[in-house]
Amino acid sequence: MASIAPRGPLIEDLARCVHCGLCSQSCPTYVETGLETESPRGRLHLMRAKAEGRIAATSNFLRHMDLCLLCRNCEAVCPSGVPFGRIMQAQRAEVLATHPAPWWERLLRYVVFTLLMPHPARIAFLAGMLRFYQRPGLQGLVRKLRVLRIFPASLRQMEAMLPPLSSHFFSPSMAVTPGHGKGRGGAAVFSGCVMPYLYAEVNEATVRVLARNGYDVKVPPGQVCCGSLQEHSGERAAAEALARRNIDAFTSGEADPIIVNAAGCGATLKEYRELLADDPGYRDKASEFAARVFDVNEFLARHKLRGALGAVPMCVTYQDSCHLAHAQRVTSAPRALLNAVPGVELFEMHLPDRCCGSAGIYNITEPEMSARLLHNKMQDVQSTGADTIVTANPGCMLQLSVGLTREGMPGRVAHVVQVLDWAYQAGEGDEKMPGAKK
Amino acid sequence: MFNQRDPTSALIRDLQAVVGKSYVVHAPEDLLVYEYDCSIDREHPSIVVLPGNSEEVAAVLKLAARAGMPVTPRGAGTGISGGAIPVGRGMVVALTRMTRILDLDPVNRIAVVEPGVINLDVTKAAAQHGLFYAPDPSSQKACCIGGNIAENSGGAHCLAYGLTTNHVLAIEVALPDGDVVWLGDPTGLEPGYDLRGVFIGSEGTLGIVTKAVLRLLPAPETVTTLLAVFDQTDYASAAVSAVIAAGIVPAAVEMMDRLAIQAVEASLHAGYPKDAAAVLLIELEGLRETVAEQAQAVAAICEVQNARAVEVAQSAEQRERLWAGRKGVAGAFGSIAPNYYILDGVAPRTKLPEVLRRVEEIAARYEFPVANVLHAGDGNLHPCILFDDRVPGADRRVLEAGMEIMRVCIDAGGALTGEHGVGIEKQDCMAWVFSEDDLAAMAKLRPAFGADAKFNPGKVFPGARGEWEGSTGARRIMERALAAGAYI
Ligand SMILES: Cc1cc2nc3c(=O)[nH]c(=O)nc-3n(C[C@H](O)[C@H](O)[C@H](O)COP(=O)(O)OP(=O)(O)OC[C@H]3O[C@@H](n4cnc5c(N)ncnc54)[C@H](O)[C@@H]3O)c2cc1C
Repeated sequence: MASIAPRGPLIEDLARCVHCGLCSQSCPTYVETGLETESPRGRLHLMRAKAEGRIAATSNFLRHMDLCLLCRNCEAVCPSGVPFGRIMQAQRAEVLATHPAPWWERLLRYVVFTLLMPHPARIAFLAGMLRFYQRPGLQGLVRKLRVLRIFPASLRQMEAMLPPLSSHFFSPSMAVTPGHGKGRGGAAVFSGCVMPYLYAEVNEATVRVLARNGYDVKVPPGQVCCGSLQEHSGERAAAEALARRNIDAFTSGEADPIIVNAAGCGATLKEYRELLADDPGYRDKASEFAARVFDVNEFLARHKLRGALGAVPMCVTYQDSCHLAHAQRVTSAPRALLNAVPGVELFEMHLPDRCCGSAGIYNITEPEMSARLLHNKMQDVQSTGADTIVTANPGCMLQLSVGLTREGMPGRVAHVVQVLDWAYQAGEGDEKMPGAKK
Repeated sequence: MFNQRDPTSALIRDLQAVVGKSYVVHAPEDLLVYEYDCSIDREHPSIVVLPGNSEEVAAVLKLAARAGMPVTPRGAGTGISGGAIPVGRGMVVALTRMTRILDLDPVNRIAVVEPGVINLDVTKAAAQHGLFYAPDPSSQKACCIGGNIAENSGGAHCLAYGLTTNHVLAIEVALPDGDVVWLGDPTGLEPGYDLRGVFIGSEGTLGIVTKAVLRLLPAPETVTTLLAVFDQTDYASAAVSAVIAAGIVPAAVEMMDRLAIQAVEASLHAGYPKDAAAVLLIELEGLRETVAEQAQAVAAICEVQNARAVEVAQSAEQRERLWAGRKGVAGAFGSIAPNYYILDGVAPRTKLPEVLRRVEEIAARYEFPVANVLHAGDGNLHPCILFDDRVPGADRRVLEAGMEIMRVCIDAGGALTGEHGVGIEKQDCMAWVFSEDDLAAMAKLRPAFGADAKFNPGKVFPGARGEWEGSTGARRIMERALAAGAYI
């Protein structure tokens, strides 16, 4: 499948680590286990030992690499500027090429990464099927008949985690939602490949909130999945192909800011320059594209909110999405937006920027560690007394919803833009709060 | 893989029975990550055990003693002087799972903690009661209390508050034979010999700290941080002496020179002027009125001493940013060089300009760039020599340059270590400052605690490393480890 031979991490990148250990407490897997092998410094040391031929890629080595969440918290706190994300991605690409995964995982990867994700129409079709499967009775019946036993544990885990799909899906189109009041120019929304089906209402809220703020909102057709899951799993060529298509989709029209409401996608889109560094045809375009990308929180906070925000009485706690806080270093913007909403009380939890264990497909590939991290997270949430967990990424929303169910906690999960959207609706005298998903 | 009749493999099974399978590390590649402690020396253990509580520590030590295995305690592995590195292999007992704060008593102002508790976490937990734990090594968000106690660590604020030993009231210790005893008293008042004091700073050679009772202090009413900028390092050194001569005792006086500033600004962006020759970070704390007065006085003194600018942090965020630069500076060297060797020496404050000039000369002669970071208030300097360990022979030359620098400190009337300890790194320098009789007297302490050369072998005493590595004891361990499938 992969056309380019993967390089593995660069020694120059690895050599930046001086083993000071200041990252260790930022690493969820190290804090959880106390094992140096599960720390950023330990993983870097192992990767360097492997690159220098001191050790081979044994099953232990692979285990330590797999257990990394790629949350990049270590990268954010590293005083030496070790590009951990880049290093781990390169390591995974190399491992993927040299150590084939089990058959079912390879099949799943092929189906998801190659047959499915590059094709929005197929995703929509599958999402439709799943929605049908979730119709009252059917899912329960399948579970009761225990048909699912034929699938490996990871797939069963996936089935169990799947939240109810949105009742209608969100899709890009040529339509423009005009901005309210004095125009502030255009804004091009990146719709993502998960949001439109699981959280269509978040995309809708994003469009409405941007429009209220005076932007003419477009959702350019032709855009596809950002490629982050592919890149994190080592499927670099697949990620590059998606990147080129997105660049084309967003560079045909005006050079509007590109607004992203999924932190994971935002981080990847901002790093397209690095992803396509070896592609002379796209290198420059990728730089221009990346410079236009903004997380929706970052964008709204930077340009000041406009329009009447009504009161939305709720106690919230904000979970930093790793790829917003650590990869994009955006932490104050979402808090500023929440604090701007009358009636919203923000209670900070212990370690709000500690990964919840979602981490792309980590909750499926590493269910045990993911569950431990989620359990800790839910305890921290609980001690704030908040009724709503607000976050900035669909993966986190999904994981935190599972957390609420698992721990039997009341409450709900929302995206920052949803809270803003509710506030704007309340500001119009519309008291109803739509989309309050349990 | 393991030979059943071999004592090592039986040991593995016994250890697993005590701490659980996941917490006995013996796969060759896994052991590799226990070979460093941020110093230049490297050596990986034959086995690593991670006990979960005092009882498990005691049981592990008993098993090690029975098998004749040398033991090296390890905390967070940030020690820099090689203390946690297992010379000649053997067993590392890592305390990183023992991270519970067992009790926090705001009325008596004490905290009872396990040794793996991270230094900063004590202050974080105490903050809700308006209290804090004073020793604040720059590594405080990573290093742990057990390591702090073993090294008698200081920090930027030890100018005002003293070292770890001034803030640890009592410790529970597992002795090398597995007996568990308490040293000191939670009241801080104990009749008889101060064995707690003897243990603190013993660099993991007398036993393993399994619990500690820490003194908490009320947080000061106000804190002010000043950044003074100088065009010559001499001016900055003179300003430090002038401030202290004026009778002001700041909570901290930190100095960084040009290269250190550049490293910080390249990755941490603390807001130090990149073209300055040196900056001083001066922190004052106490009652609002006093601090305001002192801040003015300090600013005036710095100006008299040719400061180009004196800036007072205007917000908590700005303070934090200024400190983040200082606390991250060592790591930040990674952004300008692949390796650094951080030295830890002490010189009388007034001799700092001269000592820094000699440091510069030595580094130039060896053709290495050198950056200086100082806890200037107490004359503790950390010259950091930048190098690339992929260049053949570089690490040897770096160590030689380091020894010359240490010699300069001693000749100026200073001390061997301000806070990082002796470990492997400076054991041979011990002979510069202690006579054979002194050293022999110190060595008598080890048997008093039931420790012998096998407990954290090859540390502190001159020639200890070579002696241990050449000993038959060490050879036997190696043979056993090899037979058990361990990694070379
Ligand atoms: C960036 C950086 C900045 C630093 N700044 C400072 C500073 O400002 N001030 C300062 O004093 N130090 C500083 N240090 C050095 C170091 O952080 C301290 O010495 C710290 O106390 C070591 O703690 P640790 O948990 O990492 O111990 P380790 O490195 O794991 O061990 C150090 C020694 O303690 C022993 N030990 C560990 N745990 C126990 C235990 N439970 N019982 C008995 N012995 C034990 C080990 O055997 C070893 O000899 C710095 C280090 C770095 C990397």
